[in-house]
Amino acid sequence: MSSHQDPSAPLQGAPSKNTERKLKNETRTQLISFILMIFITSMAFISIGSDAVPNGFAIPFILMLAGVQVVLQLYFFMHMNEKGTGWINVMIWSGLFVAALTVGALMFLIGEVKY
Amino acid sequence: MSYAKAQSKNVVWDWLTTVDHKKVGILYLAGGAFFFALGGIEAVLMRIQLMFPDLAIVQAQTFNELLTLHGTTMIFLAAMPLLFGFMNFIIPLQIGARDVAFPFLNALGFWLFFFGGLLLYVSLFTGGAPDAGWTAYVPLSSNSPGQGLDYYVLGLQVSGLGTLIGGINFLVTIINMRAPGMSMMRMPLFTWSSFVASMLILFAFPALTIGLLLLMLERLFGATYFAVDFGGNVIIWQHLFWIFGHPEVYILILPAFGIFSEVIPTFAKKRLFGYSAMVFATLIIGFLGFMVWAHHMFTVGMGPVANAIFAVATMAIAVPTGIKIFNWLLTLWGGRIQFTTANLFALGFLPSFVMGGVTGVMLATSAANYQFHDTYFVVAHFHYVIIGGVVLGIFAAAFYWWPKMFGYRLSETLGKWFFWLFLIGFHMTFFVQHFLGLMGMPRRVASFLPGQGLDAMNFISTLGAFLMSIAFIIFLIAIFASTKNRDNVQDPWDGRTLEWTVPTPVPEYNFAQTPLVRDLDPYWYEKHEGDGKIKAAEPLGEIHMPNATILPVTISAGLIVASFGFIYHILPLIIGGFIITFGAMFVRSVKEDHGYHIPVEDIKRDKEEGK
Ligand code: HEM
Ligand SMILES: [Cu+2]
Repeated sequence: MSSHQDPSAPLQGAPSKNTERKLKNETRTQLISFILMIFITSMAFISIGSDAVPNGFAIPFILMLAGVQVVLQLYFFMHMNEKGTGWINVMIWSGLFVAALTVGALMFLIGEVKY
Repeated sequence: MSYAKAQSKNVVWDWLTTVDHKKVGILYLAGGAFFFALGGIEAVLMRIQLMFPDLAIVQAQTFNELLTLHGTTMIFLAAMPLLFGFMNFIIPLQIGARDVAFPFLNALGFWLFFFGGLLLYVSLFTGGAPDAGWTAYVPLSSNSPGQGLDYYVLGLQVSGLGTLIGGINFLVTIINMRAPGMSMMRMPLFTWSSFVASMLILFAFPALTIGLLLLMLERLFGATYFAVDFGGNVIIWQHLFWIFGHPEVYILILPAFGIFSEVIPTFAKKRLFGYSAMVFATLIIGFLGFMVWAHHMFTVGMGPVANAIFAVATMAIAVPTGIKIFNWLLTLWGGRIQFTTANLFALGFLPSFVMGGVTGVMLATSAANYQFHDTYFVVAHFHYVIIGGVVLGIFAAAFYWWPKMFGYRLSETLGKWFFWLFLIGFHMTFFVQHFLGLMGMPRRVASFLPGQGLDAMNFISTLGAFLMSIAFIIFLIAIFASTKNRDNVQDPWDGRTLEWTVPTPVPEYNFAQTPLVRDLDPYWYEKHEGDGKIKAAEPLGEIHMPNATILPVTISAGLIVASFGFIYHILPLIIGGFIITFGAMFVRSVKEDHGYHIPVEDIKRDKEEGK
């Protein structure tokens, strides 16, 4: 066809030193966060599976772990920590904020007790 | 595929397969106008039934069906798609882009909306339309006999999916596709307000999706989320519906605000007063729009603290809205105002919408709301904001952008007749309804008794509805009678923004060279500080375009087939429908489709021909 570059075409040639270093770094953070997430997940599993932790504590505890998990996923696996994601950050956080407020208020509103 | 081959063979096929944002925009306008006409006919039928007391022109059941179809149609299938039409056509032009970010999804969004709407209307021919109001409160909706409500649930689910896709597409387009120099704070307000409206779509529609899903499971599969005798809770539906529903009304009004923010500066020959305050107010309205949903439920029995909080939060929205009103007034202040039809609609909007805002604040007074709720007062309120705001906005946009979109100017004479008859008819229809409500006439009633002092005002209201219909017919005539005004269509209003810099008809690649934006109101800046021509940000080169495809239609059609399967419990139809849909998605995913290129010679030729 023409000299025009197709943006979706596969890259060619070896990566530069800089890119190589970046890729290595990324692999490391990905691995670390992956191990961290397995750790968090097993903590959640243990806290419910074993009788050592009372339920009243275990449920808020695993909810908290879930929150940490989501943030890690978003930042390390879904690349929200990279440059040029300003708008994505704004949108995700304002969305979480609105959703949290809404769900929180809703829990008060549909209970037996009337406020 | 080569450029010549991509030029289509058959007009119908061309429109079915198009992924061009301008054509998709026109499809949205046509689809929206079709449903707007249907919703209008339903409204007039209801007003005829309420013209005199004790009439029996339509039965009570039919009245309920008309009422439900009217509300659902006007909100989901008329107002929103019409706005989407303008957003599709205009936003890429305003930000200097060649297309939206996801042309394929854009077409898919349209076809989902259109097929979902048609599905809703099939119910008319299969033994009864939905009859539980556009809000479909349970248990009325979960227990409604027949298939009407099933059509409501699935029709809205499918078309809602389309809206969600459209909203996401606009968000990505506006964030990623702006021309060099077009910073966020240089974006025209129509783009800004559409951006915020798209955020509201992204965050509000999931609540509707969940609500509809629960209702579908309840009706079709015997779930008991809302069944009180099984420990369910009917109030959950109302919450889910209004968590979506209140942002929805702002999804409608914000783009209309944007339209007025384009029209008023253009015809006042002044830059918009308080641009950054306008942007900020839009964002605040968008945020507060999520915090007030329970003002639709003051009388449900939430408790005094909850009512008070939601009352105050609701009234707070009046503040940023007031900021906007004052900014429009100050834009007009001292301007050289031209009373074109588009501007008349904007000027008519200001007092009409303020009246709707005032009744809104009255309704937000939770104690007084016990008196107003579910009366014609509420009907008057939301028609003042929706017709006085959204519909006048759509008409202003039509007269303003028509030359760019269709290559001819709508007749100003007919336009002015249209405007005045419509405005008078509108106020005649709905002003008296405030008093009908205060006198105790409930909303959603199929008839009323004589001798209660309601006769005269109901009669006036119906006459007003006739006047609006006549006005609308004049608009339709104007569309067909104005086709000879083909001169001066590139920049007829001495415009300020980028959409007026491209030739009319707009070439499929919009901009031969991506424009360089040097200020807010870039065209105006170049007209007065530069040489009147927009600078180019790139040399003339080949342009990469996406291929047309029939897959969006296929995907949507599959969902409709599956919907029929759900409604009538026919498993093969469900499976078959999903095979069509997911099969088409699979084809889309694995088939390589790199689009085609428009060669430089063709672009040069277009340029020389002054196209
Ligand atoms: C100052 C701004 C506004 C305030 C304070 C306000 C307040 C309210 C309140 C309190 C209600 C509930 C009335 C009741 O059912 O008892 C209501 C209903 C409604 N409002 Fe507004 N509103 C405002 C603006 C708008 C706008 C801009 C729109 C649409 C473009 C809108 C559309 C509606 C609709 C459709 C309903 C009726 C829903 C139904 O029950 O079917 N409102 N408004
Ligand atoms: Cu509301």
